[in-house]
Amino acid sequence: MDTAANNQSAAKADGNDTTLIYRQSRWTRLTHWIWAFSLFFMLLSGLQIFNARPQLYIGKQSGFEFHNTILEIGAENTANGPRGFTQIFGHRFDTTGVLGWSGPPGQETQRAFPSWATIPSYYDLGTARVVHFFFAWVLSATLLIWLIAGLINGHVRRDLAPRLSDLRKLPRDIVDHAKLKFHHTREYNTLQKMAYGGVLFVLLPLMIITGLAMSPSMDSVLPWLNEILGGRQTARTIHFTIMLLLVGFFIIHILMILAAGPINELRSIITGWYRTDPPAEHDQPTERSV
Amino acid sequence: MAKFQITRRKFLTASSLGLSGIALSGCDAFDSGLGIGGGLRSFLENANGLTYRAQRLLAGRDALAPEFTEADIRQPQRPNGVTAPDDDTYKGLLANNFSDWRLEVTGLVEKPLSLTREQLQNMPSRTQITRHDCVEGWSCIAKWTGTPLSLVLDQAVVKPQARYVMFHCLDTIEQSLSGDIKYYGTIDLIDARHPQTILAYGLNGKPLPVENGAPLRVRVERQLGYKMPKYLYKIELVDSFANVGGGRGGYWEDNGYDWYGGI
Repeated sequence: MDTAANNQSAAKADGNDTTLIYRQSRWTRLTHWIWAFSLFFMLLSGLQIFNARPQLYIGKQSGFEFHNTILEIGAENTANGPRGFTQIFGHRFDTTGVLGWSGPPGQETQRAFPSWATIPSYYDLGTARVVHFFFAWVLSATLLIWLIAGLINGHVRRDLAPRLSDLRKLPRDIVDHAKLKFHHTREYNTLQKMAYGGVLFVLLPLMIITGLAMSPSMDSVLPWLNEILGGRQTARTIHFTIMLLLVGFFIIHILMILAAGPINELRSIITGWYRTDPPAEHDQPTERSV
Repeated sequence: MAKFQITRRKFLTASSLGLSGIALSGCDAFDSGLGIGGGLRSFLENANGLTYRAQRLLAGRDALAPEFTEADIRQPQRPNGVTAPDDDTYKGLLANNFSDWRLEVTGLVEKPLSLTREQLQNMPSRTQITRHDCVEGWSCIAKWTGTPLSLVLDQAVVKPQARYVMFHCLDTIEQSLSGDIKYYGTIDLIDARHPQTILAYGLNGKPLPVENGAPLRVRVERQLGYKMPKYLYKIELVDSFANVGGGRGGYWEDNGYDWYGGI
């Protein structure tokens, strides 16, 4: 949609108020919430699936008689009773209560991720797989529709594609974010473009690709996939690592919304309308001219 | 138009509030309805059918699972499930080194068979180094030798109405109130006739060990480990699995796994 036209219609709707703009199209808002909903269920069912084999390996296969384990979450008996541990690249941490050994006091059990972080809450690999693959379809289909629509209607090119000017603004943008000084404009700033573009064009597609690489039937169709990725167990490790990155994105995303003004930010992703800074306050007026 | 927007706005607000409420209250919120036969579960399981059709469409009948080299065999094949059947029948057969063991081929066939180990091993064989992928997430590469299942099916002459191959096993996987449950499973005729689907009697150049399913197990290389029953004694051709166990096509399927274990 055309920004100028939207600004005018906003101005008409609210008298002379030109700071309230229609920022997020209905497609952006709808796909955002479908992704949020799907990723919530994929994360919690995925952690349940991980619990069935709480180890990550590098290579084609899992090392039982040789060593290629890079992460292990487990429980062990100690002089102080059972303790949960997490071992990453040979470094062991006591994670009792959360990872490896958790549960209500007196009823702790051995499980990698705790019951509050998994769907179902009890151990059930089969059900977790049903939930995981259902939302995998929802997420992938939504991503594909969004990509096609975004390329056609210009959303990707206009709002997400990085420009040379974004690179120039990057140092300033990092300083502003560090100072929690936010500019409320129609356009995404450089770090936003990097974060949203990174999730939508790198992390989610890689998540789907590594998920497919783990499938023995897809492996017969795309045998080169595992060869590129370094083997099925490496694909599984990448799949898990991307999960951590997506969780990291989610945490920063929420913190940024809280810092930038949660009501205004939430309104824009629910209704599309967003309050921008008054023009006089713009440090860089050229930013709006595209 | 305007009305629609308001409705959707309310819906989205309500659903996002609901979502955060659920997240705060812990994830046992989803436990009800997710059990087998539950309404939510049945709805979500519709995606399994889509997954199955997508895989069949892409992989077709004959796409081969990747095969590996001797250098990739770095450890013994990891056993899973039952690794030492405690069944008297099995122990009797094992004591006799399976000389009294027979593979029965029955059901919807023109010529029911009863094959000894020697008869199976005298048929043309196939050896393949493949990766075993367990539903739990681990993988292990090993060399399997066996009789292509398609040759056995050809010898028995499958009737046109047959659709699935059911595997009957000697090992008790679960002791329930209504008696012992021996492992069972089904695959369709597409996978049964796949070139890499073999009735394996050899592992890494040696006779198949007990923990890996001696005297005979099936290899279905485009699916996960739970689709490859061990300790076989009977192959039955059926036209549906409505009468197989709980009606979902296998022991683990009756416990919630998808019938098609391709992912």
